[in-house]
Amino acid sequence: MAGQLSIAKALNEALRKSLESDPKTLLMGEDIGKLGGVFRITDGLQKDFGESRVIDTPLAESGIVGTAIGLALRGYRPVVEIQFDGFVYPAFDQIVSQLAKMHARALGHVKLPVTVRIPYAGGIGAVEHHSESHEAYFAHTAGLRVVSPSNAHDAHWMLRQAIASDDPVIFLEPKRRYWDKGEVGDAADLPLHDARIARGGTDATLIAYGPMVKVCLDAAAAAQEDGRSLEVVDLRSLSPVDFAALEASVKRTGRAIVVHEAPVFLGMGAELAARLTERCFYHLEAPVLRVGGFHAPYPPSRVEEAFLPDLDRVLDAVDRSFAY
Amino acid sequence: MTVKSTARARKKAAPAVPDNLPAGSGAQPELIQLLTPEGERVEHPDYPLTTTPEELRDLYRDLVLVRRFDAEATSLQRQGELGLWASLLGQEAAQVGSGRAMRPGDYAFPTYREHGVAWCRDVDPLNLLGMFRGVNHGGWDPNEKNFHLYTIVIGAQALHATGYAMGITKDGTDDAVIAYFGDGASSQGDVSEAFTFASVYNAPVVFFCQNNQWAISEPTTNQTKIPLYRRASGFGFPGVRVDGNDVLACLAVTRWALDHARSGNGPVLVEAFTYRMGAHTTSDDPTRYRLAEETEAWRAKDPISRLKAHLDREGLADEAFFASVEAKSEELGLRVREGVRSMPDPDPTLIFDHVYAEPHTLVDEERAEYIAYAASFEGGENL
Ligand SMILES: Cc1ncc(C[n+]2csc(CCOP(=O)(O)OP(=O)(O)O)c2C)c(N)n1
Repeated sequence: MAGQLSIAKALNEALRKSLESDPKTLLMGEDIGKLGGVFRITDGLQKDFGESRVIDTPLAESGIVGTAIGLALRGYRPVVEIQFDGFVYPAFDQIVSQLAKMHARALGHVKLPVTVRIPYAGGIGAVEHHSESHEAYFAHTAGLRVVSPSNAHDAHWMLRQAIASDDPVIFLEPKRRYWDKGEVGDAADLPLHDARIARGGTDATLIAYGPMVKVCLDAAAAAQEDGRSLEVVDLRSLSPVDFAALEASVKRTGRAIVVHEAPVFLGMGAELAARLTERCFYHLEAPVLRVGGFHAPYPPSRVEEAFLPDLDRVLDAVDRSFAY
Repeated sequence: MTVKSTARARKKAAPAVPDNLPAGSGAQPELIQLLTPEGERVEHPDYPLTTTPEELRDLYRDLVLVRRFDAEATSLQRQGELGLWASLLGQEAAQVGSGRAMRPGDYAFPTYREHGVAWCRDVDPLNLLGMFRGVNHGGWDPNEKNFHLYTIVIGAQALHATGYAMGITKDGTDDAVIAYFGDGASSQGDVSEAFTFASVYNAPVVFFCQNNQWAISEPTTNQTKIPLYRRASGFGFPGVRVDGNDVLACLAVTRWALDHARSGNGPVLVEAFTYRMGAHTTSDDPTRYRLAEETEAWRAKDPISRLKAHLDREGLADEAFFASVEAKSEELGLRVREGVRSMPDPDPTLIFDHVYAEPHTLVDEERAEYIAYAASFEGGENL
């Protein structure tokens, strides 16, 4: 399989491999059959694996997740597709009240290997409810693993690992990166919950995940020209967070900036900043800064650029960090 | 039209359809029709409708203008002026018929495809395009024309409509509400919950389901095993299936349903049996999941040519009338085209407007920070 693949294709291949290797794996979702999903992530899979393994569901998200829980109780490994980020909320109760908690309630006697795939976040000029970043809601809920790949290799392997996991996994796909291509290797080189140094650097650490990793890499490249060496850590897993990797990086650089699309207030960045402050207080040259969305609904597409962190906003935060 | 008695309404709750239609037999349950695809007027005992020639011509004009508006929006999307468009092509009769059945005090809760209903509620068509262009999330005051904002989250508005109708009951007025949704939406929990609330509280709400046969790529058979209108009986209220391509039947049935609801008899489910002639939205490719023959078969039932055939057959409109409609349609097309092209991008500080009704320190702080940041760029001072 090795070669250059788009993230979309890498995910499609991961689903195919998972369906091939385990007859208990099922795909469920709206329009995932003939249409191949609105983003074509399941393209061709119903044709090859049949309608009983690649299931076009009725248009009901609570139903999709709720029945996936039942199928998992019966020994299946459902991978459900939520069509767009903003449509996961009708399933929110099933996810946070049921999916997340059942393993603990059953004292470990039942396992819920359900993967919930969600194309998330903005940058594609969509109408409302098609650009939301809701990772904090899920990461806030114990019992769920939450991950988000940023490149084709991780997309492929993290999805296979998520499907193989006996825990429920919220798998957030950065939809605006679906068409970005990258090399997909033959093996997973990191466990699902490990962070990855996407670019080494010495002067400050940029922490990002999913769609913002590319923005941070671009910012680091631009900063290099100005003589600043920025390290970019791709979090990959939002629950659990690989704090050891973050701590090591921040202790080396002395500065940290967390970048995400979701509103800053009570977002992932708040948790990361608090923990890094606790763990690295005496190594920090500046407070941990955050760059993200505003405390406002995701705006109409013609002004989404003002909402979304871009290279300039990241570099502006870097400047602020150095100004301390 | 007079209000029907409760007894009569109850009669509708048990439609004359066998309970177990053989799957795939093609058997069609009762479809209320007042105008055949050939344009012939037929009578239905339960849904009498008297129309003047002028009313028929008005309906025709509505259908043509609504279609023109929709076509214009589709091409504006192709030209990059709109980010997305959800076409109503083929569903004009269902929307105009139901829209014209409403009284001024009635209230409509649409999905994202009810451009024809908006037309009937006298909402400026340009207002509908802001959301699709990406300059706003709604763009009109719902209370001005009793036409709520478009709802994208499937089925959510069915509950809002029901709650609004419950409010009407509390206020003791004789207004009624229509909740629009699709066949796909009928699977959502919110829609079932709306049915339950409306039924239990006898809310004056008409659930108007446009069954256009598809929910993106999924046929109605992926949502239900029984004809949708029959869902209603399980919740204890009447359900009716109407020919959704027949504007007269849609008008008569919806008027009856609204009157039923406003008279204290509780909700009605109207299933308008129609067809989405175009793609789900401009991002969709229907050739991946449906056959051209199916679309062609429905073309023969076109709502506009059917009414035109009737006007011609009965000699109710002359050349001059059709020419005037054509001229109006051109005028509308031009207005929409120019209006969209000159629709300015909003100021980015729009992000912070209206997040809350009362001042909120976090939003104020972020707005100030944003303004300072934007001003730090060259040319950004005038924000
Ligand atoms: C809760 C929710 N899930 C999924 C979607 C994505 N989506 C938008 S329209 C649509 C199909 C709706 O079909 P139907 O209810 O039949 O209405 P139609 O579009 O055919 O008028 C889907 C799945 C959504 N908007 N909201």
